[in-house]
Order: sequence, then structure tokens, then C-alpha cells
Amino acid sequence: MALAREDVEKIAHLARLAVSDEDIPAYARDLSSILDLVEQMNAVDTDTVEPQAHPFELPQRLREDNVTETDQRELFQSVAPSVDGCHYLVPKVIE
Amino acid sequence: MHNKTIARISAGLASKEFSSEEVTRAYLDRIRQLDSKLNSFITVTEDSAIESARVADARIASGNAGPMTGVPMAHKDIFCTQGVRTSCGSKMLDNFISPYDATVVTKFKESGAVMLGKTNMDEFAMGSSSETSFYGPVKNPWALDAVPGGSSGGSAAAVAARITPAATGTDTGGSIRQPASLCGITGLKPTYGRVSRYGMIAFASSLDQAGPMTRTAEDAAILLGVMAGFDERDSTSADAEVPDYSASLNDDVSGLRIGLPKEYFAEGLDAAVADTIHAAIKEYEKMGATVTEVSLPNSHLAVPAYYVVAPAECSSNLSRFDGVRFGYRAEDPQDLEDLYKRSRGEGFGPEVQRRIMIGTYALSAGYYDAYYIKAQKVRRLISDDFRKVFEDVDLIMAPVSPTVAFNIGERTDDPVTMYLSDIDTIAVNLAGLPGISIPAGFAEGRPIGLQIIGNYFAEARILNVAHKYQQATDWHERSPDGF
Repeated sequence: MALAREDVEKIAHLARLAVSDEDIPAYARDLSSILDLVEQMNAVDTDTVEPQAHPFELPQRLREDNVTETDQRELFQSVAPSVDGCHYLVPKVIE
Repeated sequence: MHNKTIARISAGLASKEFSSEEVTRAYLDRIRQLDSKLNSFITVTEDSAIESARVADARIASGNAGPMTGVPMAHKDIFCTQGVRTSCGSKMLDNFISPYDATVVTKFKESGAVMLGKTNMDEFAMGSSSETSFYGPVKNPWALDAVPGGSSGGSAAAVAARITPAATGTDTGGSIRQPASLCGITGLKPTYGRVSRYGMIAFASSLDQAGPMTRTAEDAAILLGVMAGFDERDSTSADAEVPDYSASLNDDVSGLRIGLPKEYFAEGLDAAVADTIHAAIKEYEKMGATVTEVSLPNSHLAVPAYYVVAPAECSSNLSRFDGVRFGYRAEDPQDLEDLYKRSRGEGFGPEVQRRIMIGTYALSAGYYDAYYIKAQKVRRLISDDFRKVFEDVDLIMAPVSPTVAFNIGERTDDPVTMYLSDIDTIAVNLAGLPGISIPAGFAEGRPIGLQIIGNYFAEARILNVAHKYQQATDWHERSPDGF
């Protein structure tokens, strides 16, 4: 699979990554060669194989619906770039 | 002092031959003197180490010590440590002071172990050479122009150079075993779920597993005993009993059935590595083990499947780094999208961005079945291969890496060449099995590791078999010149 410039731009947008124009050709080349590697999987027929998401296919563990966490808002906000009270500040999103 | 194993340090502390503060200061001195050659530490926590050593000495004096009480060690910088920078080798987290401890860190604190600092690593554990770190590459103490392997290369180099007696690592595709092999130390990747992932910065959650990196299997048994166990904070933690890994170290290995997977000895394996592995297996035959050739026919599909599964999970896990709640934030964002894109574009290095993009592509509409579902199907084929082989043998032995440590810069031009460095370790992660690397020889002065792979939760047997080899050989006792 050879990716074009536009493919890389689209993927970078979906991944919310700012990629500079001059870096796009290198990413296109590297991602294409990784996809070539990955596509070696197609050599094997897997039509009758069930996908395996996880080494142990156990159901998700459930617990009682009790409060187990205490409020640590101030501690967790202490590592945020910009806060105001209980809010995280970001550029204006609503005009 | 620095040539002692953990078992020996623990005994010396118990008999009051030396104090934890003395041992801790000795290692801090070595880090200060020698780590400028290796770059194996990102952060050295000197003051808190001395403080914990004093607390440990009081605990030892009160007769309430365990095997790790007062023993210095280091954590890979992927484990959250409260009040201490936890960078994961990334600019994204260069300013991140963790507000909480990982379960692994909590367990070692409770055991009384002394943390010397946080070790360098490939950015977000994505790499096989420890060259993608924001803090610069780690050097291999056996050859300073060579890589230590990755991603737990800082831990491996530091243990090999005897500037810490032990360290933690994590292994998503070989990141404990491969650097252990390239640095000539012992590194165990436990069964998936054996050690809690809570507070271990996530890369690929269905593969990530933490484990010990030590000089000997005996020491790995001590560390695993502390690390292992059920944790309700990890949704895939294994609710299985933790055996006494030290108790079975000396069990007899006669009658042990060893399988050699022919695919791991095929083209591409360096001749010196092959000779070393065969020589190690002869040692086991001398001890009464039987050896048979086995087949893992889908081995060649492991790297391709991994480079869908791991990037897919990474693209999802790393979406949390958005410049809003923690970590790096770009200057003067124009709007919210610009904030996300530039914080991530500037905060992540190129290898991390490549993997996020591969994962995003594999999970995007129209490609999900062809890549992600296909990879999960191949994953089952690989797991089934191991299941079948373990009906006939007790353990599998193989190389860890097809070559010895390569030179810094040698494999950085082409990501696929770098990815193939993990060709002998990745299948074990896809299947979720435990595996260890132990020192088994050298070629051109660079270490070679033997990989021992066991069935699910067979860590005690793996450690036992590794220990018996270390009783019969002295490869694990060699130390690099200048350290």
C-alpha cells in the first residue's frame, strides 16, 4: 500500500497531529513501508478464524457499585497547563 | 559493594554487615561517576533515596524486614511515581510530576525497597534501541557505540553496568527481553496480567506487561514476588495465586522437555548467536533435559500482526495527550483544534507519530476489517501454535535477538528494519505468554541472551530452569570493562 501526500494529511488530521509540509514525504514513505510489512498477513487464509482481542478471553470483571475514589481534583489539576477553579481552560470554542 | 546480587545485599543487610544507607550511597556514587557514559537515568532521586534507606534501616533494626527492604533499585520512567517526574522518555511528559504511584511502585515502596531514580527508555516504550528518547540515546556498557536494546534500555544498561542492582521494565513486544539480551542481564516478561498495569503509562494495553530486570534469575524471583498479584485497579489483572518463586529455584530439571522452534533458527539468525543458543541447550541436556524440534508455523506473521495491534491500541491510548489536562501544551493556540494538533505534533517524536498514524489508519472506516480484524485473527493463529507445542514440551528455548547489539544509528533510517529487531520476541506478547532472557555468551564482545518461553503462569518453572543454568555457567557474572 503506497500512501500519497493527501493520505498522510488525512491520517494526520484524524490523529490530530500537526505534521509540517516538509515532513510529509518521509512519513508517506515510512508509513507505506510499514503497511507493506503489515500486509504480509494476507498470505494466510483466516476466513474461519475468530479474532482474538486479548490473551485471555475472559469477560470484563464487574464490581459492586460503591464509591471507591475520593475527590482529588486539586491534586490532579496541579499538573494541568491551564485551569480556573474546577475547569480546564482551552481556547474559545463557542463564539 | 556494587558486584553484589540482591540476594547478597539482602543477606548483608540482615546480618548488619552494612546498612541500607551505605549501600544506597555506594550506588548513588556510581551513578554520579559513571552514568554520564551511558545516559541510562533520566532522573536520579538522591535525597528521597537516602531518606528511604534510613527508614529501611530502622525497619531492619526492628526485625520487620522483607527480602527487598533497604535494597536499592530503579524504575523505568514509564511507571508513575508520586511527586517525581514521570516522562515516559517524551517531551510530552517532560513537565509531568505524577500525582499518584503505579501499583508496581506502591508494592516496592511497601516492601521497603529504595528507589534510586527513573531510567531512560524509548519514547512511550516505542522502539528496540532506546534511541527515540527525548533525553537522548542510551549507550550499551559493553560497547559504548552500540545500543542497549529497547525499550527498557536504560534499565538494562544500568543493571549491566552495576550502577543499580535491579530495575523494573515493561515488555510490549520484547522491551524487557531484548535489552536484557543485548546488555547481558536477566530480564523476565511475565504472563500477561500477572503484574498490574495500573499507573504504567499505556502503550498497547492487550500486550503491555511489567517485569524484573536483574543480574540473576534468583534476583528476578525476588522482584517478581513483590510485583506480581491481583489488582482491582487493572481491569485485565490476573486473579491467580502468586507462588513463592524463590522456593522452587533449585528444583531438578532432569526430564525437562525442551522444544526448539525451527522457525526461530531459520535464515537471518546470526551464526554466532545460533552457536551460543545450541551450546546453552547442550548444558540442559547435560542436566538431563530432552530436546525436540517443534514448529510454530505462523511465526513469520507475528511482526506484521503486531504492527497493526500495537499501533491501533497506541493510537487510542495516546489520544489522552491533548494539551488540556496534563503534559505539553503548544504556545498560543489559535483554536481548540490547533491546540490539540500542535501540542501533539510538537510533544511527540517521529516514531510515536508514525505509530499513532499507522494505528489511526488501521482503525479508520473502510480499513478496520482488512487490518485490525485480520491482525486479531492472525493473533489467534499464533496463540494456537504455542498451545499445540505446549501439549508436548514443558518449555521453549530460542534466541532473543537474531543479532548482538547493533551500533547506534545503524537501524534508525528505516522503521521496518528496526521493527524486525524484535522478530524473536513479539509472538510471545501476542500470545500473552511468559518469557525470560538470560546471558548465554558473547560474540565480538557483545552479549547474547537465551530465551526461555513457558506456558501461562509458568514463571516459577522458567525461573527455576534459568537459575539452574546460572548455577552451571558464569555468563551472568561477567561485567563490562570500565564499570
